[in-house]
Amino acid sequence: MHDPAIRETPLVGFLTLLRKEVLRFQKVGFQTVLAPVLNAVLFMLIFSHVLDRHVTVYGDIGYTSFLVPGLIMMSVLQNAFANSSSSLIQSKITGNIIFVLLPPLSYREFFAAYVIAAVLRGLLVGLGVWLVALPFVELPMAHPLWVLGFAVLGGAILGTLGVVAGIWADKFDQLAAFQNFLIMPLTMLSGVFYSIHSLPEVWQQVSHFNPFFFMIDGFRYGFFGQSDTSPWLSFAVVAACLLLLSALTLAMLARGYKLRA
Amino acid sequence: MSEVAIRISGVCKRYGSLQALDHVDLEVRRGEFFGLLGPNGAGKTTLISSLSGLVRPDAGTLEVMGHDVVTDYRNARRNLGVVPQELVFDPFFSVRELLRIQSGYFGIRRNDAWIDEILEGLNLTAKANQNMRALSGGMKRRVLVAQALVHRPPVIVLDEPTAGVDVELRQGLWHFVRKLNTDGHTIVLTTHYLEEAQELCGRIAMLKGGRIVALDTTANLLRRFASHSLKVRVERPEVAVALGGTLTNDERVEFDFGGFDDVEPLLARLRAAEAGVTGLEIGEPDLERVFLEVINRA
Ligand SMILES: Nc1ncnc2c1ncn2[C@@H]1O[C@H](COP(=O)(O)OP(=O)(O)O)[C@@H](O)[C@H]1O
Ligand SMILES: [Mg+2]
Repeated sequence: MHDPAIRETPLVGFLTLLRKEVLRFQKVGFQTVLAPVLNAVLFMLIFSHVLDRHVTVYGDIGYTSFLVPGLIMMSVLQNAFANSSSSLIQSKITGNIIFVLLPPLSYREFFAAYVIAAVLRGLLVGLGVWLVALPFVELPMAHPLWVLGFAVLGGAILGTLGVVAGIWADKFDQLAAFQNFLIMPLTMLSGVFYSIHSLPEVWQQVSHFNPFFFMIDGFRYGFFGQSDTSPWLSFAVVAACLLLLSALTLAMLARGYKLRA
Repeated sequence: MSEVAIRISGVCKRYGSLQALDHVDLEVRRGEFFGLLGPNGAGKTTLISSLSGLVRPDAGTLEVMGHDVVTDYRNARRNLGVVPQELVFDPFFSVRELLRIQSGYFGIRRNDAWIDEILEGLNLTAKANQNMRALSGGMKRRVLVAQALVHRPPVIVLDEPTAGVDVELRQGLWHFVRKLNTDGHTIVLTTHYLEEAQELCGRIAMLKGGRIVALDTTANLLRRFASHSLKVRVERPEVAVALGGTLTNDERVEFDFGGFDDVEPLLARLRAAEAGVTGLEIGEPDLERVFLEVINRA
C-alpha cells in the first residue's frame, strides 16, 4: 500500500465542497428553507391586508403584487447570507473547518463553493415564496431572465458578504451584529416595501447609494417591466458590486485571514 | 525520489511576543516512525500546523515528500495526512458520509473499497452509518484517524492521538499505526505517553520553547541521557534523601547512577549512614527520565 497519493480528478474537490454545503442546508431544510418561506408569506399576508387599499405604487399595480417580488428578493438575499455565514462560523467554532483547509483545495474553489451554495439556498427559498404567493396575487413575469439574473447576482453578493462575515466573526453575536446593523437596514431601506418614488426627494437620492436598492429594483423590473430606474443601470451597479466584493474577499482568503493563522 | 519525507528548515513562528517556533530544522526520512515530544506549549502543534498549511510561519520552509507546503501546496497536501489534536467533527454527517466527503475534497471519487478497509482496520465498521454526534470520544478519535487516511497519504502525522483514549483503544490504535508504518508509511507522532513513544519511535525530537533541544535515535537518547536508577526501600528515608536520593510516591528512595561501578559505593554510603536498606531494585533507563533530564537542562 505504498502507492503514492491517488491522482485527483479535476474539479471533484470543489464539487464535493459545494455538494457538502448544499447537503448541510438540505438536511435541516425545515429550518433553512421552509421556515424562511413561511416567514415571507406571513409578511405578505399582513402587509397586503393592512396596506393594499391605501398604498399605490405604479399606476395599475396593486400593492400586494408590488410587494411580493420585494419579499422574494429579500428572502433570497437573507438566506444566501445566512447560509455561507452560519456554515463558516459553525465550522470555525466547532473546529471542523480544518477538514476543508487540509485538502488540496484552492482559496478560489473554497470561495466559489460557499458562494454558489449560498445562491442555491437563496434561490430555493425565493422559489418557495413565489410558489406560495402565486395563488394569492396576480403576479406577471415580464422578463424571466432579469428575474433570475438579479436573484443570482444578489444572492452571490450576499453569499460573499456571508463568507466575509463568517470568517471575520469569532462569535455568533458578532455575526448577528453584522446582520442587524448592515444587512437588515440595507435591505429594509432598499424599497422592499415601497417604491422609492413615494419617498421624499432626499431619501430617493440616498437610496441610490444603496446597492440593495438596485438589486430589488432590477428584480422587480423582471416581473412588471417597469421599475424606478433602468434595469441596465441596476445590472451594472449590481455586477460591479459583486466583482469588487469578490475581489476583496478573494484577497482576504488568499492571505488566509483568520483561517490560516 | 529523495529519501526525505519531511524537510523543515529555519521555521519561525511568533504569536505576539511569544516565540512559538524558533528556527526549527528537522528532517524525517521516508519510512521512519518519528516521535515529536515536548511539554505543553512547546510548539509541537504549531509545527505540525505549519506543515499542513493551517499556520503560516514567519520564516523558513517546509516540504512534504519534496513539495513545498506553500508554493506546491496541492502536492504537499496530497502527500500528507494529519490527525488533529482537537476532537473535532462535523455533526451533520454519518461516519461513511464524512469519509466520502473527505475523499472528495482530495479529488477522489468512488473510494468505498479503501474506506471499508480503513473502517475495518480501525474497528469502525459497525459504526459506519451512525451520525458523528452519536459516537463516543474514542470513536470520534478513530474517525479522525480514518479521515486522515482517505487519500492514502505516504506521510501521516498524529498529534496526540491517544489523549483521553482508554487503554484498550490506545493499543488498538498503535497496532494499526504500526502496521501503516511497516506498510511503508512515514509516521510522525506526538504523545504524552512516553513509554509508548519509546516503544514505537525509531527517532525522537524533543521540543521546548519552540526549539529542538534533542534529536537522535531513541536508542541513542536512552544511552546518552538516561542514567540508570537505583530504588531502595529503607527504614529511614530521610537519611537516604540526605545522601542525594529522591523520595518516590511509593515511599522508596531513588538514586541515579551512570555506570554499574557506582552502585557499590552508593550502597556502602547508605550502610554507613545507617539508612537501613530493606529492599532494592535497579531500574532500566526509560524515556520518561530522558525527557525530564533533557527538558530540565534545556
Ligand atoms: N493561535 C495562537 N495564538 C496565540 N498563541 C498561540 C496560538 N497557537 C499556539 N499558541 C501558543 O504557542 C505555543 C505553542 O503552542 P502549541 O504549538 O499548541 O504547543 P504544543 O502542541 O507543543 O502543546 C503555546 O504557548 C501556545 O499558547
Ligand atoms: Mg499540541
